[in-house]
Amino acid sequence: MSVRTRAARKNVAVKAPSDDKRWSIVAAVMRKHGSAQSALIETLHSVQSTFGYLDDTALAFVAHSLRIPLSKVYGVATFYSHFRLKPQGKHNCVICMGTACYIKGSARLLQRIDQKYGLKVGDTTRDNQFSLLEARCLGACGIAPAGIFDGRVLGNLASPLVESQLDNWLAESQQNEPKLP
Amino acid sequence: MMIDRKINQQISSPEELANVAAEQLAWQAQYQHRVFVCMGTACQSVQSGAVLTALQAEIKSKARENECLVSPGGCQGNCASAPLVSVPEQDLLYQKVQLSDAEEIIEALAGKPVGRLLCDNKSDFFTMQNRVVTNHRGLLNPESIEDYIAAGGFSALLKALTDFTPEAVVQELQKSGLRGRGGAGYPTGLKWSTVAKTRAEQRYVICNADEGDPGAFMNRSVLEDYPFRVLEGMAIAAYAVGASKGYVYVRAEYPLAVERVTKAIRNAEKHGLLGNKIGSMSFDFQVEIRLGAGAFVCGEETALISSIEGGKGLPCPRPPYPAESGLWGMPTLINNVETFANVVPIISGGAEKYATIGTPTSKGTKTFALSGSIMNTGLVEVPLGTSLRKMIFDIGGGVPDGHKFKAVQTGGPAGGCIPEEHLDATIDYETLMELGSFMGSGGMIVMDDSSCMVDVAKFFMQFCAAESCGKCVPCRVGTAHMHDMLDRITKGEGTMEELGQLESLCDVVKFTSLCGLGQGAPNPVLSTLRFFKGEYLAHIVGHTCPAGVCAPVGQDIRRPTCAL
Repeated sequence: MSVRTRAARKNVAVKAPSDDKRWSIVAAVMRKHGSAQSALIETLHSVQSTFGYLDDTALAFVAHSLRIPLSKVYGVATFYSHFRLKPQGKHNCVICMGTACYIKGSARLLQRIDQKYGLKVGDTTRDNQFSLLEARCLGACGIAPAGIFDGRVLGNLASPLVESQLDNWLAESQQNEPKLP
Repeated sequence: MMIDRKINQQISSPEELANVAAEQLAWQAQYQHRVFVCMGTACQSVQSGAVLTALQAEIKSKARENECLVSPGGCQGNCASAPLVSVPEQDLLYQKVQLSDAEEIIEALAGKPVGRLLCDNKSDFFTMQNRVVTNHRGLLNPESIEDYIAAGGFSALLKALTDFTPEAVVQELQKSGLRGRGGAGYPTGLKWSTVAKTRAEQRYVICNADEGDPGAFMNRSVLEDYPFRVLEGMAIAAYAVGASKGYVYVRAEYPLAVERVTKAIRNAEKHGLLGNKIGSMSFDFQVEIRLGAGAFVCGEETALISSIEGGKGLPCPRPPYPAESGLWGMPTLINNVETFANVVPIISGGAEKYATIGTPTSKGTKTFALSGSIMNTGLVEVPLGTSLRKMIFDIGGGVPDGHKFKAVQTGGPAGGCIPEEHLDATIDYETLMELGSFMGSGGMIVMDDSSCMVDVAKFFMQFCAAESCGKCVPCRVGTAHMHDMLDRITKGEGTMEELGQLESLCDVVKFTSLCGLGQGAPNPVLSTLRFFKGEYLAHIVGHTCPAGVCAPVGQDIRRPTCAL
């Protein structure tokens, strides 16, 4: 490729995959970093925070825009545990599995959730109401065992507390059901 | 309700800084009563935000806005009693405050304290600490640059810029004896001088805030409470080594810290304390924030650098060290959050004064996150050289619920478990190393007789196996094998021969792995084998778990127990 065409290519913004206005947020993050290849992780963060997860279309869009091979983008997206390639439930419950939380019984919380709801870490309920995730350490060791429920950190968790929260989410979906056409 | 005072001016000299500080102090003094509500993660999880709003609303409804000021504050340390509200002028600390307590607390400001909420802030937990890094004890609004300046903030930076040459700053750091607070304990001054001596057009300063050790949250607290101090320390470092660009690499799991640091950078730039021509000198220092994405290995400096460059966080062999060839091949200074926070008291108070704290080889103080089976969980800061016993039984208040102390785990997944008979050992880099543990970034997890040490070793090995980046074979394959072996032992399927194999595999992984993750991974196994071999034997020979974790006490661990 000649120097000229390469330069020309650099200036052309890759067209967003759809008319969804949210793509402009992602594009803005890339622009802020001068569309440099080093902006990859920051860009993936912005895709995930806007769309909830990274799908193939998004990965291809980011790869084209930053001129990085799709294989490398996929490699980075799967290397880091924070990035999710599957859609998540409407709510999410993160249980901390750090040392302090483990010592105080967070593994038992997960066991109980598995028994009652049939969910393992990484799973989403069938009605898409919530996803169950685990964290390496939330840094909330002073209030272990801790978890995050829809972005809110809660400490000193016990099974009844966790279950009441999860039951609330499930009940919410049943309430909404009759309204659907 | 607008209750914070905002200044809107560029600060370019120590005199201007002093003026701003004096104005802010005068503004603060017009309030007879000041109240701080802790806004740390632990307190926020129990609604300290709502408590803050309730207190502010209470003041408004009683029309006492002109005499009382309720501000968000930083971590008080004793997270077990959250949410915490402090009233500095009465030297009071209220614990476990509910929304309904707001009225009583405000009424008590001028009179008798609310007895039922009082937290004993004269207990050993508070008096035995020596706070240098966290010296404001939560009595500082973490988001207000004005309050930080009033508390003496940024004077160290301007002092360094006007009174010190870059070489003098490095010398001061060397004199202070400060060692890296990320765990390895490399002399900070020596690292700075290596970077400063390189020949390069561009140098970088990186703040490592990828606190991945499970059970450690000191860096989170320091970043959340003192974001300006960390930035100030970074700016002093940049001046000393001749860097003009810096990055704060922080975990995405710490949203509050990310938010505070982002705001702090913007605020400091607005006032000319970061950015171009800091203090009207020809010194430029731009700082950007970079988010981690959940990879423990990125705490390793070369992996962190490749993550900032936008790639997978894979470590590289050293040398060359980042000090010579780091970010984009340029000389790069990487220090931990707490190391940078320590720079400020060294410059403002002098290296000699700093060096009086600690032991001959480990100077200064260190913050620790006390957690696990202990009364006073939370954040503490003690001089290096404090004994473990004092830390756990005096400051930490001992083990609750009638259980017996068994071990304290320090240093995260690369550390070890220290038993009762070694509790008189002091906390410093060398002593912990001799005990087969590691200073690490400062997590301290206390375990009682209900923890099975084989299960603990398995937990850490599972962590290391999952977090191994997969680049080098000993770590990728070795950690998985060690985890399998430990798993078999906890199920009663292990043999004595296998135990021998486990020990030799530990050696292989320790001495042949590429980076600290693999080199440290066998430590939990080696240290539990050294101090708690009896428990391994009980599992292998007696098929029982003395702590009742792998199976209820007295039951054979081989027999499948009913689920739960």
